[in-house]
Amino acid sequence: MAPVSIAQDHFSLFGLAPRFVLDLDALEAAYRRIQAQVHPDRFAAGSAAERRVAMQWATRANEAFRTLRSPLARATYLCETHGAPIEAESNTAMPAEFLVEQLDWRESLDEARGDPAALQALAGEVDAVGRDIEKRLTDAFDVHHDYAAAAVLVRQLMFIERLRAELSTAADAHSTAD
Amino acid sequence: MALLQIAEPGMSPEPHERRRAVGIDLGTTNSLVATVRHSLPEVLPDAQGRQLLPSIVRYLADGTTEVGHVAQEHQAVDPRNTIVSVKRFMGRGVKDVEHIENLPYDFVDSPGMLQLRTAAGVKSPIEVSAEILRTLRERAEESLGGPIDGAVITVPAYFDDAQRQATKDAARLAGLDILRLLNEPTAAAVAYGLDSAAEGIYAVYDLGGGTFDISILKLSKGVFEVLSTGGDTALGGDDFDHRLYCWALEQAQLSLLPPEDQRLLTIKARAAKEALSSKASTTLQARLTDHRWVNLTIGADGFAAMTQHLVAKTVSAARRALKDAGLAPGDVQGVVLVGGATRMPHVRRAVADLFGREPLADIDPDKVVALGAGLQADLLVGNKQADGEDWLLLDVIPLSLGLETMGGLVERIIPRNATIPVARAQEFTTFKDGQTAMALHVVQGERELVADCRSLARFELRGIPPMTAGAARIQVGFQVDADGLLSVSAREQTSGVEAAITVKPSYGLSDETIAQMLAEAMGSADADVQARVLRESQVEGQRLLDATRKALAADRDLLAEDEALAIDAGVATLAAAIDGTDREALEAAIHALAQDTDDFAARRMDRSIRTALAGRSVDDVLK
Repeated sequence: MAPVSIAQDHFSLFGLAPRFVLDLDALEAAYRRIQAQVHPDRFAAGSAAERRVAMQWATRANEAFRTLRSPLARATYLCETHGAPIEAESNTAMPAEFLVEQLDWRESLDEARGDPAALQALAGEVDAVGRDIEKRLTDAFDVHHDYAAAAVLVRQLMFIERLRAELSTAADAHSTAD
Repeated sequence: MALLQIAEPGMSPEPHERRRAVGIDLGTTNSLVATVRHSLPEVLPDAQGRQLLPSIVRYLADGTTEVGHVAQEHQAVDPRNTIVSVKRFMGRGVKDVEHIENLPYDFVDSPGMLQLRTAAGVKSPIEVSAEILRTLRERAEESLGGPIDGAVITVPAYFDDAQRQATKDAARLAGLDILRLLNEPTAAAVAYGLDSAAEGIYAVYDLGGGTFDISILKLSKGVFEVLSTGGDTALGGDDFDHRLYCWALEQAQLSLLPPEDQRLLTIKARAAKEALSSKASTTLQARLTDHRWVNLTIGADGFAAMTQHLVAKTVSAARRALKDAGLAPGDVQGVVLVGGATRMPHVRRAVADLFGREPLADIDPDKVVALGAGLQADLLVGNKQADGEDWLLLDVIPLSLGLETMGGLVERIIPRNATIPVARAQEFTTFKDGQTAMALHVVQGERELVADCRSLARFELRGIPPMTAGAARIQVGFQVDADGLLSVSAREQTSGVEAAITVKPSYGLSDETIAQMLAEAMGSADADVQARVLRESQVEGQRLLDATRKALAADRDLLAEDEALAIDAGVATLAAAIDGTDREALEAAIHALAQDTDDFAARRMDRSIRTALAGRSVDDVLK
């Protein structure tokens, strides 16, 4: 087995292959195995060096687990470690049809405000689009290894996630107004 | 199944080598200390057999203090000098404390944290809390027959950085070696989880005297993972008392009472509240200083109605915590009640309604936090020798941490409910040509505007080489440790100019202040202070010595021969210095051995991670 290092990539830290489709149970089991070794609680009565190293490693394991657990963060990470940075702030290029859909959803969201049934229907629609993008990401990453194409999809998924958050806020605003 | 236990040299699990570790629940109303004996946690009673120590400190004009029951007896006759519920003042300024006008104290508003003027001088909430902790430390030392090797102190999960730091300072001031600050609901979950071998999703609803926490945890195979937490550090049983007190004032048409009467009526209101937990109605009777009588009758329904808004606040915090965890109330397999205020029937009803199941209260809600803290202290101090006996806690940070950006907006760096320890960095740039300094303002909270969040610290990065606006790349790094405490560093990437702080300046105490307070607490006896400082170094040295011996026994093969010999020599020097009284020699020996073993610690960690992942070949992984 290759030597471990705090700078190694998130997948090999947990002994997992760098793929988009991931066995989440295996990820969680590996995360817990690592934390059981490195968590600062194991070194609470240890030397200052032990406590410092433990904090660095546990921080590292938490960050890797957080990144790999979420499909969006995992996809972003895969792109960035394969020379296809997302650059969400500067690169806003989207396929024309997705841009049109974006405008439609925004409009639907504004119309659905205050109407729980409409909000729920829209949320269902957006979820389905999210799942479809994830399926296409699987192809791009795990079948074609086309990271540039994946980066385009990641930017779309980012938009979907933002929309989901807004939908959830709109639903909350309604339920607290009751 | 192991029939024989073979102890490695230096790792013998002899009973006499067990370290003395305690868990302390530093509560708003009562405090407790617990330890593990014969593998079971127990609360340590005082000489009179009482387990709860009222969190009350009275300062007398001769400079002495009364703590606990004695102070409690005098609270109505000497309210100004008898401090109750001091936890509500930890890390808080005068403007932060609700209903401060109703409190009988002489407040001094000082930067960061308020102070109290007493007959024995001006006291900070840290000093008041330290008196309570010191009393519990002495109780534990008496009971366990020697100095305490390490303590776990519990804090509300929703405590922010300032409140946590203040608690840690109080523990230090009380002469405790702190193993960890542990969140109260997590401590309760440990006590429950280990007691019942529970698995699945649990909610801990913790309504104490002055604070409310809700935590959602996943328990599985010896791992306690906090998924989300929520709460209110200014909501507790005291607020129910206060509501009843205000009702009594209205009913009896009273106003502007002297402090003695305020305290008396508050005590009576609390008694009435407690009575209503088991009775349908009760009376509230009090004889005021002007000999007037207050005589009122209150029913449980009326009390429930007048405090329903407080219960509703806890329910909406619980809903949000569930949502943050991505769960619905029906996903929760058990709800654990913690805190004396959960004895109120209408609180229990609200919890049962929300989760659709009867909550659990089979461990005394007053003691469960201390018991869990005692168990955790026993684990952290290293008393568990065998594998499989231990467990792992994964806790979270309760409130988002961020930086002020242009226009008074908050840029979030670490979101709430991130698993700790956690680190995140963000890059910022200059907005003026030739700008050589940058002010950083660290805030904590969920709101968009800086003004609505809690200000934790301000600091400046200076010496940035003059560049055009937007050319500098300033990386600001946040690190939250396992105690939930933040440190912040900033670095200009192109020039390497660095500035770092532990977020402390606005609330916590400096090392010098602590040393000065210690000196005062010890009656300025210089010899005592020297002895105390030596003892602290000895504890640190012993810790390093034990850790190094254990490391050598397990992984000596990771060292080159000359490295191993150097460490052996350092161990011998340190062992000799610990037995002596020369503090400088001791410090030098600690420093030398720490330096020699620094890299060893990293190598050992690498090996343990490799071992953890071993047994799974790369082929398996790639399949």
